[in-house]
Amino acid sequence: MLLPKLRLAEALDGLSLKSSVKNSVYLIAIIIFIALILLPPVLGIIIKWSTMQNVLNEPDLTARALTAIQNSFIIAILVSLLDIATGMPLAWLIARGKSKWLNVLDTLADVPFIVPTAALGYSLLLFWSEPDGISSFFGASLISPGWLLVALLHFTFSYPVIVRVMVGALLDYKMEYERASRTLGAPPLTAARTVTFPMLKPSIIAAFILAFARSISETGATMIVAGLAFENGPVYIQKIKDAYGAGVLSKVTYEGATVFASLILIIISFVIFAIVRIAGQKLKVPQNRVWPSMERRLSYSKAEKSRNGVTLLIFFLIVIVPSLFVALPAFEALFTKTLSDAFSSTGIWSDYWQSLLTSYLLGAVVTVLNILIGLPMAILIARKKLGSFLSTALDLLVNVPLIVPSIALGASLAFFWKENFSFIPEMWLLIFAHLAITYPYFVRSMSAAVERIGVDLEEASRSLGAKPFTVFRTIILPLTKYSILSGAILVFTRSVSETGATLAVVSTMKTAPVVIVNWVKTKGLASSFDIGLGCGLLILFSFIILLALRFIAKGKGRY
Amino acid sequence: MPNVRVVNVTKRFGKITAVDNVSLHIHDQEYFSLLGPSGCGKTTLLRLIAGLIKPDKGEIYIGDKLVNDVPPEDRDIGFVFQTFALFPHMNAWNNVTYGPKVKGFDMGKASTIGHEVLEMVKLHERLDAFPSELSGGMMQRIAVARALAAGAKTLLLDEPLGQLDAKVRNELRYEMRRMVKDLGLTAIHVTHDQSEAMAISDRIAVMRKGKVQQVGTPRELYMNPQTVFVAHFIGESNFLEGYVQNVTNGEATIELRGELKVKAANKGLKEREKVVLAIRPETLTIEKEAKKSRNSLLGTVGRITFEGTNIRYEIKLENQDLIAIIKPSLVGEWLNIDDKVAVSFPPEKAHVFKYPDIGLREEIAVE
Repeated sequence: MLLPKLRLAEALDGLSLKSSVKNSVYLIAIIIFIALILLPPVLGIIIKWSTMQNVLNEPDLTARALTAIQNSFIIAILVSLLDIATGMPLAWLIARGKSKWLNVLDTLADVPFIVPTAALGYSLLLFWSEPDGISSFFGASLISPGWLLVALLHFTFSYPVIVRVMVGALLDYKMEYERASRTLGAPPLTAARTVTFPMLKPSIIAAFILAFARSISETGATMIVAGLAFENGPVYIQKIKDAYGAGVLSKVTYEGATVFASLILIIISFVIFAIVRIAGQKLKVPQNRVWPSMERRLSYSKAEKSRNGVTLLIFFLIVIVPSLFVALPAFEALFTKTLSDAFSSTGIWSDYWQSLLTSYLLGAVVTVLNILIGLPMAILIARKKLGSFLSTALDLLVNVPLIVPSIALGASLAFFWKENFSFIPEMWLLIFAHLAITYPYFVRSMSAAVERIGVDLEEASRSLGAKPFTVFRTIILPLTKYSILSGAILVFTRSVSETGATLAVVSTMKTAPVVIVNWVKTKGLASSFDIGLGCGLLILFSFIILLALRFIAKGKGRY
Repeated sequence: MPNVRVVNVTKRFGKITAVDNVSLHIHDQEYFSLLGPSGCGKTTLLRLIAGLIKPDKGEIYIGDKLVNDVPPEDRDIGFVFQTFALFPHMNAWNNVTYGPKVKGFDMGKASTIGHEVLEMVKLHERLDAFPSELSGGMMQRIAVARALAAGAKTLLLDEPLGQLDAKVRNELRYEMRRMVKDLGLTAIHVTHDQSEAMAISDRIAVMRKGKVQQVGTPRELYMNPQTVFVAHFIGESNFLEGYVQNVTNGEATIELRGELKVKAANKGLKEREKVVLAIRPETLTIEKEAKKSRNSLLGTVGRITFEGTNIRYEIKLENQDLIAIIKPSLVGEWLNIDDKVAVSFPPEKAHVFKYPDIGLREEIAVE
């Protein structure tokens, strides 16, 4: 077993000496990126440009689209800001606190990450709106499906993203600067405002953009909690597609409305990202005006304790408990006939198992593909192999799928591939869609990881006689193993959760979130026990897979 | 007035005791150094004084006020970090005026102070520059200016010259001392460089493994080391092991290995006690004839190292012990390898210490 593996590695080592081989690996990575990831999300919409005419003549549809898009952006901005305001204190507590309970807190913060968003949406619906949830204390539905529940949902699933990014940034931050500020006479809060936060600004901006992009893109869970009247951009696009499917709208109207809404979503997202990036750099926290006495009072004991208290309250009441609330009906379902129905895959359950298999298979394929084509790209970007201009350009282009809301991306992909390459099976289209959505996340985190490895290590390895691929095999790979794993987890969870793009691309195939959304939205199709158990099983299996991945990587070291 | 007192202070990090029951009294307007090898607890002690960390036991007083529970911003200190910790998002001017601003001074006063301190470190023309645009020496001066601008009377310096080139370091040494003396500040300076500590300080505390070995002026430490470690760490010493043979008025005869006998000053030695003899290489006299005279030892020249100002000989004694001798290279005749020589020293220049319980090598190890 060992021998052929070694031979292969040696053969590759030898091949990598030839610059033509090395260059073609990079070239293939770039071509795949441009052909599969960069162009289709935009081209599909461009080739359907002319269909927009049909919608501009229908004021009802355009007005609905504009309202929906407005809702999308209001919620995204509001939620991202609130997430930063409330996630930052928790990140601070996790990064700076000394209690051993913080480890537990740190792990808990990832929970909404692990719960696929469709299950999360149903869980929130149960918790906030259904009679069995928190509403049982009030005698009426506390928060009905609608924009407030959508905002709450988006707040909940973006929260761990913010906390993760900010904890990482705070741990990397050199405490010396803050200490210097303290010795110069600044109380803790003043030190944080004038020194720590300005220095962490790039991370805060990155966190904002991630939260914002997620909120703009999320479709499945949003459909579950949006209710009948409320629409945001993705929900609108999906409803248009459903109407076309039901024969209410003509094909050109459906295409036109989709292009119209997608285009506005993309353009406004792009403008907002540009503004945040450019203005964010220039935005200065006031340095000159200081309020020593007030900040001093807010810095110590009571104020700190109550800040932590409020933070934890928000964390548990709005993030953790609603996310896991679905476990209750799932648990109850264990004692009903639902369990035997599920495992004998009777009725709706055969659909469920099929979709679960599709979801995990899709996640696995997309993860492997990301590693194969994303890693060379990450190295290209991190090591500036193409000169600083082209590498920076690639670095920016990689983000394009991030800016395109996933349902718009899915629609564009569907237009592009189905019109021009109708022979490609649907599963492939799904893979392309999920690849495009997850690629930026993977390349981002990997290029950062490669950048952290000093070039001197590579040079040392080369000077000791290692061939290019040997360097990759013996230096880059072992040192980035942990990052590859966390990148893979990110890709896998994102793919399993993804609903918007999936719905836009497929006509017959179903992934697990699609099935769950369908169960919730279609009255009488599934009982609450079915849905609860369905969500519970999805969470359980996802959790087991993540645990297994973590276990594989455990003990292999974080460098 | 800002004298600083540290009373029985202990600080542990997990199982390691970084500062072990240390007491010190640093006088008002004194330039005081904490000197020791890395890991001796000197930086931890400085951070305890600054309030960046809290002691497990003991009290710290600044200007006769107990400051154990006072946060760093209220201790009225200036701290210069080893990495300088200049705020990278502010230019030199905003770095320097940061202290007055966060203390709530009005802008006019903050700006007056800013101009004063920048003038003092002679970097007034660079006030627009960001830290990344400054050289190491300039960054160091801005860091000092920033600490001074906060108006503190006590200056805490954590290896402030450690990141600079040798030449710049030597220049800035004297500038730092001059500034502290001109402004009448109390300075506590942490360093592992004994020549820096000797050149700059009024008094030095030599630390090792969390404990203070000796406190004294540079001259006292050099002339009268109280421990084997201080004899080793300040300047240089030859160590010879032996037993006290007999004690007469003021002098003791020490028997080295191989039954060689030498005389040394007696400071309360007991007969048959195992001891270590510390002799500085520059106090030894060397005779080209291998002839026994008073308090001399015979040997052969081994390695010779030319160091510029000095020349250094390694002599192998009859009992195989090695002994180093330093001579000015421009004075007298040079010796050759394998020359037979006699080395001698005045008994009062040899320091005798009780042989350390943990062994000599372990006692003087700096790592």
